[in-house]
Amino acid sequence: MNFQHRHVLGIKQFNATELNFILDTAESFKEINTRKIKKVPTLRGKTIINLFFEASTRTRTSFEIAGKRLSADTVNISGSSSSVVKGETLEDTARNIEAMHPDIIVMRHGASGAADYLAKRMSCAVVNAGDGTHEHPSQALLDSFTIRQHKGKIAGLKVAIVGDITHSRVVRSNIDCLNKLGADVWLSGPKTMLPPGIERLGCKLAPSLAAAITDADVVMMLRIQRERQGKTLIPSLREYSRYFGLNEFNLKLARPDAIVMHPGPMNRGVEISSAVADGPQNVILDQVENGVAVRMALLYLAAGGENLVED
Amino acid sequence: MAIETTEILDRSSVQRALTRIAHEILEHNKGTENLVLIGIRTGGDYLAAQLQKIIAEIEGDKVPLGTIDITMYRDDLGSRSDLAMGQTDIRFPLGDRKVILVDDVLFTGRTIRAAMDALIDLGRPRNIQLAILVDRGHRELPIRPDYIGRNLPTARNEQIEVEFNDQHIPVGVSLIK
Amino acid sequence: MRNILIKNGRVIDPANKLDKTCDLLIEEGRVAKIGTALENDNAEVIDATGLLVVPGLIDMHVHLRDPGFEYKEDIISGTAAAAAGGVTSLACMPNTQPIVDNLAVCRYIISKAQEQGSANVFPIGSITKGLKGETLSEMGELKDGGCVAFSDDGLPVVSSELMRRALEYADTFGAPIISHAEDLSLVAGGVMNEGPVSTELGLKGIPWVAEDAMTARDIMLAELTGGHMHMAHVSTRGSIEMVRQAKARGLRVSCEATPHHFSLTDEAVRGYNTNAKMNPPLRSEDDRLAIQEGLQDGTIDAIATDHAPHSSVEKKVEFDLAANGIIGLETSVPLTLELVRAGLISETRMVELMSVNPAKILGVSGGSLAEGQIADLTVIDPDVTFTYSKEAVVSNSHNSPFLDRKMQGRAVLTIVDGSVVYDGLTS
Repeated sequence: MNFQHRHVLGIKQFNATELNFILDTAESFKEINTRKIKKVPTLRGKTIINLFFEASTRTRTSFEIAGKRLSADTVNISGSSSSVVKGETLEDTARNIEAMHPDIIVMRHGASGAADYLAKRMSCAVVNAGDGTHEHPSQALLDSFTIRQHKGKIAGLKVAIVGDITHSRVVRSNIDCLNKLGADVWLSGPKTMLPPGIERLGCKLAPSLAAAITDADVVMMLRIQRERQGKTLIPSLREYSRYFGLNEFNLKLARPDAIVMHPGPMNRGVEISSAVADGPQNVILDQVENGVAVRMALLYLAAGGENLVED
Repeated sequence: MAIETTEILDRSSVQRALTRIAHEILEHNKGTENLVLIGIRTGGDYLAAQLQKIIAEIEGDKVPLGTIDITMYRDDLGSRSDLAMGQTDIRFPLGDRKVILVDDVLFTGRTIRAAMDALIDLGRPRNIQLAILVDRGHRELPIRPDYIGRNLPTARNEQIEVEFNDQHIPVGVSLIK
Repeated sequence: MRNILIKNGRVIDPANKLDKTCDLLIEEGRVAKIGTALENDNAEVIDATGLLVVPGLIDMHVHLRDPGFEYKEDIISGTAAAAAGGVTSLACMPNTQPIVDNLAVCRYIISKAQEQGSANVFPIGSITKGLKGETLSEMGELKDGGCVAFSDDGLPVVSSELMRRALEYADTFGAPIISHAEDLSLVAGGVMNEGPVSTELGLKGIPWVAEDAMTARDIMLAELTGGHMHMAHVSTRGSIEMVRQAKARGLRVSCEATPHHFSLTDEAVRGYNTNAKMNPPLRSEDDRLAIQEGLQDGTIDAIATDHAPHSSVEKKVEFDLAANGIIGLETSVPLTLELVRAGLISETRMVELMSVNPAKILGVSGGSLAEGQIADLTVIDPDVTFTYSKEAVVSNSHNSPFLDRKMQGRAVLTIVDGSVVYDGLTS
């Protein structure tokens, strides 16, 4: 398999073979995370800059650990300490960082398309750690990795994704990834949170939460991002929880062996009840654990793409 | 230039070489105590499995067998077009073990260097010994095998290919010019 | 002033029902004669064989950015871009700094254009003082000072009561109101058309209803008041249909469409192309086709560019942060000729849309080649092919989604007041 990608900007750029290749590569790295000495010299001498314009402890830490376990030198630049607050443009920030010759920039940014923007202007590899409401490829890959781990396959599974679809980059990447890997993806959420034409990305809109969950192999609950929405999308968290929250009762509609996923951080009692979040079907911490292996794979492939043809 | 393939070892010669290596390993280590076999992917792992079988036939003892993938330890990332990575599968502690590292062809020695680094990251063996089916010369690092199936002087641009059948049993060694 | 004799061109003058290959003589800055085999010893002779000779094009929706934002464009560069695009007259929007809500700014624009510009410039005054949507500008004085219409373009007049009074008051002085129809509460922070593309790109969408809702209100206000309501840059099937019905009811409603809205759809935004970001946004294919239908059946009165220069500082940024608008003066002729070649509109209709009707709506001179008229005219080569390159842009800004597009047909000679302001024939 000839992996020909310089950057990791979104699931959109990969076909099924490449997605499986990334997951297989992650499988190799997963073993390292259980060793006593959790470090390999693969990216020795490489510099990775984690450029996070949005706060994200989880993703940033996961990328940082991934880089360190590969022996890369990782540097974190966060939005609050970056020059953006001083009014510098993203282009100038990018140029300044590039002048320091990093090998990989991992970027989280609030604007959709920011990763594409950066990749067009950088000679180093760019890994998208989430851009606006566009893509979050590493999250989708770790989700697929976790599903594969528990189900042994992805093709043919019914995956229900529930929540604020409009404002979720996780969903866009997941629909594309799961669709390419052959899953049957169903969405559910209040209609105020379902963007027009979303089904064209390769999913179906369930008429109700129950319809989405029924016989699902995987139930993925999305975080209700309070900071993202005005007061017009849902009347209250209480009502949201009542009609779109996952609890031990409606989870019974899913297959008995269904797994429950959440990209985190969870709002317990809103989109997911504590009973489910801590219940036997949850694989939420596996997602976190697998995130490191998947991100190691992405960093390795991005660094290895150094002398490849530009995308 | 036409490709020319010459068979160096046939199936039974390979088998005889492996049997001799097995005997040498047992002689040198005075039996199987603390002995483990670790094959380097891919090729070395199949040969290690063969050695495990032969040693079991001789000693009646199944020596622990592991495989190691050295991709993460290579020093040429960025100049490779193939980024595929195999998996390391060693389900026993390496501490204080006598490790027989097995590979099919010994060339520059860089693979063995990477494999030793990988092993040491996993534990602290008492010693590491190297078993090789074909030593073709051209070393770039101070690495010397302990057990050799066949010494085969080659030109740098030639290739040595160890062939395996579907059951991963070695069936021959060829020189490709 | 030299006399000019344009020979063997196809003279298209819908106002005088003329479309034939003949000669046109300009003397003393006026159209002296149109006829065959004209001779004049003192005139510079231009061979227009195979070219179209039309009344000077009038772009009724331009942002010149002067005063206040001269780093984007000024009256000199903007009118030079107009001349290069075959535009002899333009109306400029009041969202400058200071805003055209007082006589001083109005006079500044007119005098700078007269002294240093390459095209006739007609300022549009703001409907409300400071574009704040609170109190009416002094429209009477502005009209007397040279403003030809009133608009808060870039912003809707949110208060329906205020819009009603604006229509009534402007009509007192015979000026049209140009409405930027947008319900801001429905826009809700959107940055492109709402639809499958915005969903895929994860960009906040602006639904069509944001335009349609306000268009409906404005048309009803036109009906109530009897004032002249001109809808700027219509971009949705719904708003065009409403204008069509309003016209059928005999209301004083007119509208314009931009070349980018009839040439592109929101697909152009892919890749987060900030040069495809404008307001109203590029719409769906169905909307694009609706505009073409409107241009064909007369619902749409004028083609106007909404020429909106921005520097790279405002465009080479994240899509969410990029400024709205694109330049258009230099590409409106080739883009409109694409409709002509496709058989959607005739050359005559093109001249109506780009010259005759804008002159009528704004009540300004032009739009005709009648003998004795001031010689504002444009010569168009409909066949010449070229690639619209950044280097060739005359405007001070380069924010166009059409850069590097292969085009066919363009203005090759622009004459304002009998003087050549752009000559692409001899260069």
